[in-house]
Amino acid sequence: MSSIAASSTIGGSGSAEPSGVKKTSKRPKYSKFTQQELPACKPILTPRWVILTFLVAGVVFIPLGVICLFASQGVVEIVDRYDTDCVPETSRNNKVAYIQGAGDKICNRTIMVNKTMKHPVYIYYQLENFYQNHRRYVKSRNDAQLRSPREEHDVKTCAPEDNVDGQPIVPCGLVAWSLFNDTYRFSRNNQQLPVNKKGISWKSDKENKFGKNVFPKHFQKGAPIGGGALDPNKSLSEQEDLIVWMRTAALPTFRKLYGKIETDLKSGDTITVLLENNYNTYSFNGEKKLVLSTTSWLGGRNDFLGIAYLTVGSICLFLAVTFAVLYLVKPRQLGDPSYLSWNRSAGGLQ
Amino acid sequence: MAGGGTKRRKRRLQLSKLYTLTCTKACFKPDHSQIGGPGFSRVVYCNEPDSPEIDSMNYCDNYVRTTKYTLATFLPKSLFEQFRRVANFYFLVTGILSFTPLAPYTAASAIAPLLFVIGATMVKEGVEDWRRKKQDIEVNNRKVKVHRGDGNFDSREWKTLSIGDIVKVEKNEFFPADLVLLSSSYEDAICYVETMNLDGETNLKVKQGLEVTSSLRDDNFKGFEAFVKCEDPNANLYSFVGTMELKGAKYPLSPQQLLLRDSKLRNTDFIFGAVIFTGHDTKVIQNSTGPPSKRSMIEKKMDKIIYLMFFMVVTMAFIGSVIFGVTTRDDFKNGVMKRWYLRPDSSSIFFDPKRAPMAAFYHFLTAVMLYSYFIPISLYVSIEIVKVLQSIFINQDIHMYYEEADKPARARTSNLNEELGQVDTILSDKTGTLTCNSMEFIKCSVAGTAYGRGVTEVEMAMGRRKGSFLVFQSNEDDVEYSKEAVAEESTVKGFNFRDERIMNGNWVTETHADVIQKFFRLLAVCHTVIPEVDEDTEKISYEAESPDEAAFVIAARELGFEFFNRTQTTISVRELDLVTGKRIERLYKVLNVLEFNSTRKRMSVIVQDEDGKLLLLCKGADNVMFERLSKNGREFEEETRDHVNEYADAGLRTLILAYRELDENEYKVFNERISEAKSSVSADREALIEEVTEMVEKDFILLGATAVEDKLQNGVPDCIDKLAQAGIKIWVLTGDKMETAINIGFSCSLLRQDMKQIIINLETPEIHLLEKTGEKNAIAKASKENVLSQIINGKSQLKYSELAIGCASVICCRSSPKQKALVTRLVKSGNGKTTLAIGDGANDVGMLQEADIGVGISGVEGMQAVMSSDIAIAQFRYLERLLLVHGHWCYRRISTMICYFFYKNITFGFTLFLYEAYTTFSSTPAYNDWFLSLYNVFFSSLPVIALGVFDQDVSARYCLKFPLLYQEGVQNVLFSWRRILGWMFNGFYSAVIIFFLCKSSLQSQAYNHDGKTLGREVLGGTMYTCIVWVVNLQMALAISYFTLIQHIVIWGSIVVWYFFIAVYGELPPRISTDAYRVFVEALAPSLSYWVITLFVVVSTLMPYFIYSAVQMRFFPMYHGMIQWLRYEGQCNDPEYCDMVRQRSIRPTTVGFTARLEAKKRSVRRSESDS
Repeated sequence: MSSIAASSTIGGSGSAEPSGVKKTSKRPKYSKFTQQELPACKPILTPRWVILTFLVAGVVFIPLGVICLFASQGVVEIVDRYDTDCVPETSRNNKVAYIQGAGDKICNRTIMVNKTMKHPVYIYYQLENFYQNHRRYVKSRNDAQLRSPREEHDVKTCAPEDNVDGQPIVPCGLVAWSLFNDTYRFSRNNQQLPVNKKGISWKSDKENKFGKNVFPKHFQKGAPIGGGALDPNKSLSEQEDLIVWMRTAALPTFRKLYGKIETDLKSGDTITVLLENNYNTYSFNGEKKLVLSTTSWLGGRNDFLGIAYLTVGSICLFLAVTFAVLYLVKPRQLGDPSYLSWNRSAGGLQ
Repeated sequence: MAGGGTKRRKRRLQLSKLYTLTCTKACFKPDHSQIGGPGFSRVVYCNEPDSPEIDSMNYCDNYVRTTKYTLATFLPKSLFEQFRRVANFYFLVTGILSFTPLAPYTAASAIAPLLFVIGATMVKEGVEDWRRKKQDIEVNNRKVKVHRGDGNFDSREWKTLSIGDIVKVEKNEFFPADLVLLSSSYEDAICYVETMNLDGETNLKVKQGLEVTSSLRDDNFKGFEAFVKCEDPNANLYSFVGTMELKGAKYPLSPQQLLLRDSKLRNTDFIFGAVIFTGHDTKVIQNSTGPPSKRSMIEKKMDKIIYLMFFMVVTMAFIGSVIFGVTTRDDFKNGVMKRWYLRPDSSSIFFDPKRAPMAAFYHFLTAVMLYSYFIPISLYVSIEIVKVLQSIFINQDIHMYYEEADKPARARTSNLNEELGQVDTILSDKTGTLTCNSMEFIKCSVAGTAYGRGVTEVEMAMGRRKGSFLVFQSNEDDVEYSKEAVAEESTVKGFNFRDERIMNGNWVTETHADVIQKFFRLLAVCHTVIPEVDEDTEKISYEAESPDEAAFVIAARELGFEFFNRTQTTISVRELDLVTGKRIERLYKVLNVLEFNSTRKRMSVIVQDEDGKLLLLCKGADNVMFERLSKNGREFEEETRDHVNEYADAGLRTLILAYRELDENEYKVFNERISEAKSSVSADREALIEEVTEMVEKDFILLGATAVEDKLQNGVPDCIDKLAQAGIKIWVLTGDKMETAINIGFSCSLLRQDMKQIIINLETPEIHLLEKTGEKNAIAKASKENVLSQIINGKSQLKYSELAIGCASVICCRSSPKQKALVTRLVKSGNGKTTLAIGDGANDVGMLQEADIGVGISGVEGMQAVMSSDIAIAQFRYLERLLLVHGHWCYRRISTMICYFFYKNITFGFTLFLYEAYTTFSSTPAYNDWFLSLYNVFFSSLPVIALGVFDQDVSARYCLKFPLLYQEGVQNVLFSWRRILGWMFNGFYSAVIIFFLCKSSLQSQAYNHDGKTLGREVLGGTMYTCIVWVVNLQMALAISYFTLIQHIVIWGSIVVWYFFIAVYGELPPRISTDAYRVFVEALAPSLSYWVITLFVVVSTLMPYFIYSAVQMRFFPMYHGMIQWLRYEGQCNDPEYCDMVRQRSIRPTTVGFTARLEAKKRSVRRSESDS
């Protein structure tokens, strides 16, 4: 018996002993909650539910897919890639040198409108292989500085585009510094098509993130010069190109709004674009495209969603039929124990 | 205290004279010379509270602390505990790193959830410790009477006791500290002590104070002074060496004078004692070891999953770093900048192309931080919350509340809940667990005639077995309980004897009336019971050292031999005189008592009756008694042997009663020699006494045999049957002898006649031979401790465990507490499955702590087992509900919960990784910082907690109706690697589908009607919305139990997400950064956001839905089958239900269902033969 003593424990060993005085009953109070008997809905995947679910999904998805596809198809989109074409033949071996070299880089592009485009026609520039979502890039800005002139000196996250000659750059950081600076001028039948550059940015950005009394300072003053320059007399909240640019894109292929054409473009119209090809995408083999597009209620042109809806909807209908057939052909055997894995090895268990 | 209401009379007794073996005079032993030396330096001044020496000695006070923390150590200690968990440590490291520029997100967003999680766990720890503290306070503030000088005693708290205090402890009180016994209510300073809390032995122990102090009473403590020198505090319960100096004379102190804390004063009105050891110096606390911390199998496996996740994180980070390193290096070559907008020419080390390997290394750290969302930070805390709530449900279960003792079930540790659902083998104690430990005198055999018509539980079981199966299967419960109720109502407790032949004085007409008289007289005289007479009702109650002794005296009383008084040398019995036919009082002079012990297996008294005849009355076990019969005393031997065997078959405890007459001379010689032996001081004193008693305990004349029923607890056979149907193996480990154990085995349906029995004991030592006969349907009984220890220590361990594990049921007899623990370890290591030990006494503590789960029965045998158990229940039968219902649910809940946790974190974390691929692995998070960090806290945590707390695959009723469901846990099908990896795979493909569908839908085209294109925040917001929908709907798909709570948390989480993104977006841009107004301005007004959400969510859930539909219909798991049954309403059709159950139940080998099946088989066989 002595062996047990070593492991005996203490701790008010007698505390639960009835201590003479009659205590109140420790009987647990009955409630549906404590007894885990709450009224519950216990659905299981019966054939009816499974077939119904697939049917509903199919019936909802296919029309939705059709609608989406129609919306997408209704969008007229003209894409014109110009990065290579706007480099003179002679310089095509070394596009980087060309784009970094001095001189006029005017380029004329002609765009055919095959389908009538109702106004507003949105003008986008599309960059590819441009990692606006790179962490260094994304972080290289200072939101406080953009909002308020008092925070002008707050450039700590902006290196190396933080100071020039000891003076803080406003707006600092790589994002602003690499501002896209190709420009487009449109004309139809030698008639200038005005480009509305107002209202291309999100309202919240314009009003709350970019200060009305913050003006560019020392911007693009230090070497090297990255992208476009800013008008030092216009406050940041009015520099919508910058605001659009500074809302960083999610993916390396992205479009950004350049402006709007407020007139309809008719089918058969020929649009001439006078293009200033300034922006360097050549060093990283990035493509540049000019996009004119109308929008639908769903946005721009992308057939993916409609096709995907249709595909999944059809699969659902197909599955509904398949399951219906399966259920008919192979009715479930109740309580068939052969499914239970442990029954197979029962011999070893005894 | 106890019995304070009624006056009782009890003579002052000097019982010490009675005890031959235990009470001897104190004498100096060689040990006493060590006093004052090293290890024996303790000095105590008794009854001198103002003595100047006390202050200088600096002994600890009597406050006992069992809490894990104190106020000062709580913070550092609990923090340390927290960060010992590898996942928490990882989050701590990432949290610290997030303050460096390496961090992909803000430090606050990384630290906040960690603080929340750690804080919640610490609060839980604090609350638990506070409970312990309250218990400590309760114990430490118990009152005891302490001498205040001038012979006055005041009540004071235990904690205020100090060394040398004189305390008065009254009946049924615990000793507040280790005391030296000075005097008691008995003249000779003896007292009875129950040491159940220390060693689990239920019989009372006799302690005796020194003779010099035995006369001390309340008043004479004025001016009493004593000086005690003794050993230093140590953990040995059975040794004590000290001296007491009293008025210049020195007296030796031995364990005989020591009263240990936590033992209880019994059968003695009060004692006076001097405090020797207090608080943490007391032997019981010196003995205490913290309970071993147990972890469930699931939790151990969860650690492995976490390591797997770490591995994945590291792999992903490594892949990312390599690609990042290469692209970074390529950015600036030979002075040519590739991605000039990143200014690679003037970069910090983290992005420096010239030091690309270094940048890659730093990137690796960043990526590890970013992918930390793979590891569910809230997993541990969620599991802990869930387990606490599950424990509350266990505690609150009204079906596990034992009305009579007012005891609900109590889950003492919450971390083993799910383990309850995986029990493969139950190791059960017998006494107090399967049986009530209440003895009932039920049968006897006198002069070769068997008396007693009482029906034993075993006989009921036999009858049930023999009777028609159909009748009993349907309503056996009612039969059992009604019979029990009848039995309990009709009789005195401890007496279930009915036989009109000898009851009500009818025995005088029997043929052997004289033998019957001697038989019951022996029962009335041969014992150490103390009678207590209630003065008002004249009713006599007995206080006995063991319940069977009380049963005997009660039986004698009920049959007309009423033992009513005991003085130090006499026993008075009212009995019927055979000649006159009147009731007369007889006085027997008790000359010697030779007590029972386990080696002697018998107990004798030597008495002188009124005629002056000297009688030696003896009762003992059959094997020792039959060999001591005289030649002419074997008249009824054969019949008695038959009866004894019959009784043993029926599961009864038997004793043989015999007597002999001693002549004067013989007694004189004996008395001289026993006195000589008693006063001997040599070490072989015990052997001497043994030798002397051996001399007189022979040549007995047989009277008969008694049979006492060790009652089975309510519902035990039923419960065992259910557990057996659930495929749980049951082993019984008992200290009882083989026959009793086998009988109990039969009565609980653990054994069956047609089983092959393998008995391993000393008589058949060729265990290897047994290997060959080790058939499936076999019982192994490892009997006799030396064989067991040989088995455990020896080479044959492996073979034994192979054999035993192959057996249907195993009963180990004669096992000591240590052996019980060793057997438990053997089983645990043998098959690596979960073991559950259930027991009620302190002798089961080892077993309870060794087993994966220890269940304590909070019955009559004290609290020791409960204190060391993980879960306490009041009755064995509650085990059924505890395992089949709560165990199954908890197992299912926890395993599903963990799987789901990893699923949801992989779904979330992997989209981050996929997005990385489109940022040249620069570690730009796809989501806003706070979206990232709150994912685990707000948008996905509550449903999974609700799943862990409330989910039910099938209701409690069906859990019990289809016990085989339990095998899901034993086979671990819900937490197999296949299932875990399946859920992980589900997470991965969900992430892939969500990411690519969102990315393809949200390409560079205009995003809304306004022609705006999307930025990072729109893609992030859309993807995040899809994830929140998907993981919550996945939850809704995975469970099939929706109460209002599920609805609230699942749909609530989704609503909370929209609410959060809207509110968070309204905060000033300084706080909300790129999430500023993203919902109200960009996402919500854009139809494409909603259309994409709908499409992505449905498409992502589609594969699981198909899988689930196919599985549920064509390959349902067992719970699925039961769900079908319930759904189709066929459960009300008993025949159909039974068919399903029978078809799905593997043939069980144990339990009465199996017994009935076997019976049917044999009937069928005999039918086909004929």
